[in-house]
Amino acid sequence: MSPRHRAGEQPPDAPDPPPGPDRTEPTSPSDQVADPPPPAGVPAARASRPSVTTKIVVALLCAVLGFGVALQVRRTAAGDTLATVRPDDLVQILDGLQEREDELRAEIRDLTETLDRLRSAGASSAAALEEAQRRAEALGILTGTVPAQGQGVRITISDPTGSVPPEVLLDVVQELRNAGAEAFSVGPVRIGMDSAFDGAAGAVSVDGTLLESPYVIEAIGDPPTLSAALAIPGGVVDTVRRAGGTIDVEQVDDLTIEVLRPARAPLYARPAG
Amino acid sequence: MYAALALVVGIVAGIVLSPTVPDWMAPYLPIAVVAALDAVFGGLRAKLDGIFDAKVFVISFVANVLVAAFIVFLGDQLGVGSQLSTAVVVVLGIRIFGNVAAIRRHIFKA
Repeated sequence: MSPRHRAGEQPPDAPDPPPGPDRTEPTSPSDQVADPPPPAGVPAARASRPSVTTKIVVALLCAVLGFGVALQVRRTAAGDTLATVRPDDLVQILDGLQEREDELRAEIRDLTETLDRLRSAGASSAAALEEAQRRAEALGILTGTVPAQGQGVRITISDPTGSVPPEVLLDVVQELRNAGAEAFSVGPVRIGMDSAFDGAAGAVSVDGTLLESPYVIEAIGDPPTLSAALAIPGGVVDTVRRAGGTIDVEQVDDLTIEVLRPARAPLYARPAG
Repeated sequence: MYAALALVVGIVAGIVLSPTVPDWMAPYLPIAVVAALDAVFGGLRAKLDGIFDAKVFVISFVANVLVAAFIVFLGDQLGVGSQLSTAVVVVLGIRIFGNVAAIRRHIFKA
């Protein structure tokens, strides 16, 4: 028996490089844990007779180890890792989480702002588009580049003797315009800003297109107003009759003017401002 | 042999009973387990070397556990608890590796 062992003075993990002959490679001094080797020849006799008490104690310690391992494994598996963390680490984790939360909140704010901006931009651009479309339609009706539909009057002027001059037709159109008509067609021609009547009685042409009797003039506007404007004494109806033609004004509830004028881009004028 | 049996009994007891670990003990339990593992591997190696002494084993076991827990406790008091427990685990891990290497040489002669 080694007195060192009996006295229990040897620290269990004493750095005691074992000089044993069975060691074929150098090992760290610390890997000899429980039992530094005693002088040669002694160990066999001592190891062969452990007392019952020490056996029990060793078994008890092993059981404690197993218990501890099982306990710790269960704790770890339960995922309750935060419970074992030290307060300092907890504070650090909390700091990190709060920082992350702040970042995410800022991101949410940014994205919400962007969303609002895009939404309002989309709404205003949609409104602008709608307005532009409305204006284009109104202008298209005025210039005659889009078909027009609505209530109005259909005027049929018969001129069997060929005695109605172009001025009379021009008077008709101007009278209708004064009375608030918004779209006109004379025969197969849509009337626009730059329409012109030409020719002579019996061979009236408008915008270069020769008209044939009977001349059919369609106008969209308030039918009673248009009829009244044509029928005033000394007005269009009288003029036509004096010229030797017959005129017939018919109020129509649903008039469609299909003929179009080509759109004309202004050559010199540019939008100002 | 009886030690291995006791180990199994302890594991089964731990699983079956699964008591809650008191909070003050929670940081020290893993370190203590690793320290005890170190002692057990040392004992196993000594056994294979034929120089096993139960008394030395018991003392080394208890001392390992206590010292490891104490170091961690001290680290907690000094504000370097997590670093010190890492250091303890590293040191004990190296020792366990050394002991296992010796055991391996005994069993496989390689």
